[in-house]
Amino acid sequence: MVDFAGWEMPVQYEGIREEHSAVRTHAGMFDVSHMGEVEVEGPGALAFLQRVLSNDVAAVAVGGAQYSCLCGEEGGVLDDLFTYRLGGDRYLIVTNSANHESDLAWLGRWSREFDVAVRDVADRYAMLAVQGPHARRILTATLGVELPARMRVAHVRVGRRPALACGTGYTGEDGVELLIDPEIAPAIWAELLDAGVVPCGLGARDTLRLEVCFPLHGNDLSPDRNPIEAGLGWCCKEETGFVGAEAVARARREGTAEKLAPFTIEGAGIPRQGNPVLADDEEVGAVTSGTFSPSLEIGIGMAYLRADLAAPGTEIEIDVRGKRRNGRVGSKPLYAR
Amino acid sequence: MADASYPDDLRYHPEHDWARIEGEEATFGITWYAQDSLGEVVFYDPPEVGATIAKDTAYAEVESVKAVSDVIAPLSGEIVAVNEGLADAPERVNDDPYGEGWLVRVRLTDQAEVEGLLSAADYRKLLESD
Repeated sequence: MVDFAGWEMPVQYEGIREEHSAVRTHAGMFDVSHMGEVEVEGPGALAFLQRVLSNDVAAVAVGGAQYSCLCGEEGGVLDDLFTYRLGGDRYLIVTNSANHESDLAWLGRWSREFDVAVRDVADRYAMLAVQGPHARRILTATLGVELPARMRVAHVRVGRRPALACGTGYTGEDGVELLIDPEIAPAIWAELLDAGVVPCGLGARDTLRLEVCFPLHGNDLSPDRNPIEAGLGWCCKEETGFVGAEAVARARREGTAEKLAPFTIEGAGIPRQGNPVLADDEEVGAVTSGTFSPSLEIGIGMAYLRADLAAPGTEIEIDVRGKRRNGRVGSKPLYAR
Repeated sequence: MADASYPDDLRYHPEHDWARIEGEEATFGITWYAQDSLGEVVFYDPPEVGATIAKDTAYAEVESVKAVSDVIAPLSGEIVAVNEGLADAPERVNDDPYGEGWLVRVRLTDQAEVEGLLSAADYRKLLESD
């Protein structure tokens, strides 16, 4: 068990490779109850969210889901989050646990200009991410619920309690994230375990998300990096006038000195966070996430690289604990079925 | 993965390494405890044959999905062989840490050092006291 933003969480149950492979080929489940939830409700909810979130929230229909950045005024990424539209003027935002308190303070501050209530509802939900090609089939058979399509959210009943089923995830596989009453979470976990869903820890969560190049806030995203250099320009709609939009528009227009790029190691070596990246013996960046890819059976990672080196195919070297390892910039995702 | 075991015919170093002494040569590896703490080994970076290694210093790296770890030499000597089989099957370190999962074979340069190593019983005590 490790401490993760104040939560005791397992790195692994039986083994990272086994858990990883269960999600790629069958179904795995992650207890991600550490994720925070914030409810935003009121006549001004849409206008408020349009102001604080980088994506075009107006495009989200009732029952829809959307990924976006929460940017600071200088365009830095304070957090990356999913927003679910639960009703006409009712939304739920899922935060990264390490940022939950600061997100709440930030949202609270900007909400004063709008007719909206911002509530911390993190204690109301346990979150189970059930992921993998068989996740939906098993969930439907076990819990008897109608599951939403990908990027949709549905009000369902789990264990006779109201719950939310979200067609989202962090693994690159099809699957569902369940937001359920914490009281019934252990029973639901046990039921899914009986149905053959493999319990997975933080270790597999990291290898799975990195293979498909989903960034992790705190590693690959930070308040010092804007969404453009992080490769998240696609979820920024500057014309909505969100906080930080001007800085993001400038970065998009003028380009950035560095870009976040995925890479693979050619041959031996496993990159780790903080390893320097070199090109022509010159330091050109640093690894923000690195691991062994169980699917590809090589070292993989992401690094902020000098922009001219971030194109797929570029040869780089990674200094892994004093040993130069040959790497190559890849394209997203590094792993695809 | 095999069950916890610490064979009596081996000598142990507190950094969780074992040595099988055979005359002037010895085979080294990591203990059951070490491989269990590390998790599934996915990469072994061996030293060069012919390299000189010194007791209590790092001579190789073993790496699992979650972490990298230095391997500490239990005795001083010269590398005469490395386990090439681990390049394709590093998981042997987990499956059979005292057999197929051996790491290097060494020609010892100071036999007197052997006296400083732990017996299996002493190593088990060390683990219990941690």
